[in-house]
Amino acid sequence: MKDIAIVAYQQSDSVSDAGAVNEVELIMPVLARTFEQAGLNSAQDVDFVCSGSCDYLQGAAFAFVSGVDALGAVPPIKESHVEMDAAWALYESILKIRMGHADSALIYGFGKSSPGELPVVLSQQLDPYYLAPLWVDSISLAALQARMMLDKGLITERDMAEVVSRSRRNAMNNPHAQLSGDISVDDVLAEETYLSPLRKADCSPISDGASAIIIATVEQARAWGLPYAVISGIDHCIETHNLGMRDLTDSVSTRMAANRAGMNTGKVDVAELYAPFSHQEIILARALGLDDSTQVNPSGGVLAGNLMMASGLSRVGEVFNRIVKGEAQRGIAHATSGPCLQHNLVTVLEKGENA
Amino acid sequence: MSDEQDVITGINAPVYLKYNFTAGAAPSRFLTQLKKGVLMGQRCPKCSAVYVPARGSCALCGVATEEDVQLSDKATVESFTIVSIPIPGNPIEPPFVVANLVLDGSNISLIHLLSECENSEVRIGQRVQGVWKPESEWDYSMNNIRYFKPIDEPDVPAEKIGKLPVTGWEG
Repeated sequence: MKDIAIVAYQQSDSVSDAGAVNEVELIMPVLARTFEQAGLNSAQDVDFVCSGSCDYLQGAAFAFVSGVDALGAVPPIKESHVEMDAAWALYESILKIRMGHADSALIYGFGKSSPGELPVVLSQQLDPYYLAPLWVDSISLAALQARMMLDKGLITERDMAEVVSRSRRNAMNNPHAQLSGDISVDDVLAEETYLSPLRKADCSPISDGASAIIIATVEQARAWGLPYAVISGIDHCIETHNLGMRDLTDSVSTRMAANRAGMNTGKVDVAELYAPFSHQEIILARALGLDDSTQVNPSGGVLAGNLMMASGLSRVGEVFNRIVKGEAQRGIAHATSGPCLQHNLVTVLEKGENA
Repeated sequence: MSDEQDVITGINAPVYLKYNFTAGAAPSRFLTQLKKGVLMGQRCPKCSAVYVPARGSCALCGVATEEDVQLSDKATVESFTIVSIPIPGNPIEPPFVVANLVLDGSNISLIHLLSECENSEVRIGQRVQGVWKPESEWDYSMNNIRYFKPIDEPDVPAEKIGKLPVTGWEG
């Protein structure tokens, strides 16, 4: 089986409102920078393209099809799309290469959440008979989860505030972050509650933006002469739609995915976790058994900017960046989808031999 | 089975979502000009193709179209269909003609109605021109042009369709 490597990663700034730009205009600058990083000209230079987006976000039917206008798809290219975070587009692309149908792939994700009311839009992904008609929004569900954690004594509000404070401080080194700053735990705790027990700072912001990655077989990456990080494992697991049947204080599916992806066969220097709410980072870190030897969310994570349908892919990209810079030998990237961490994907990345 | 249940074949769960929709930067440039009665295309910096209405990129090259190009409201029929069935929600009574039209000065077709014509005489290569609403009714809308109608110019041979300059067709 051919080893697969990441050779390029770019993300747009995470902004609260990208203004008048459409999906093509959102994607094109990011793709141009990604091709430049890989020394390629266009999507014609890779074997496969896969994107992740959700038309509900901007309220534009088939926006993902229009997105193809950003690629230069003449003559025709092999292209696919997932109505999910682009981390799952990465998964599909890896399968494509594993099956021998491609040696390289461009993966991109984009989300313009600002035109709609994101927490309400996300209520429509719930079970259509019992929950969606109640319009239970994503923040309310996360608040129920956080309340459960607090009442069981699994976390304190100070623990949550520590996650926020660390995110804001780490994000000061992330040029694309939306929220950053030297914010102390007490500063966070001084904020009033928003949807109790959550403060606004416990919730990821509404963000617009895009990100992109290019992967290739290690042979191809070497032929291109590019620094790379090897994807040594990837897997995803999903839990039931019925929130009442899940243990919301744990993330069983994350742990299973990580084990199946081979996370525990070596040391984890860095972990980028897709935790849209502060308490969820604690759930994830515990589910994965991470300790102080692992640096968690050095980018600031999604509390610093939450690009729906792209931030899962960006987690992979952030770990790639740290490995090619020599700051880490091995790391994991986590992506999530659905309410209260329902569906989780874990990617394990390692330093390439000559990276 | 003493207590039989109703067979439930559906429930009402209406979905209302509000959006502040934006057309995009390039479409906004097109629509702003359209309200002034101007058809503005955008040129690809790489292959020079002119797109109208523009979406902001050259779909062939995958690069941004930055240069605005003013176009004519004269066009050539690239293809057409005669619609003989009523379309739900469409106030136009069949039969009517929907056509792919290439505006002079542009290289890709847009879709609009043809009228003031004998449907049986509509043909590929036929020359047509936009019939505009009164200026007082102009909006950010393709409906500023009610329809296109045939004009008295020689047909354009197939190989020249989509390649005419903005100055038009001499025949």
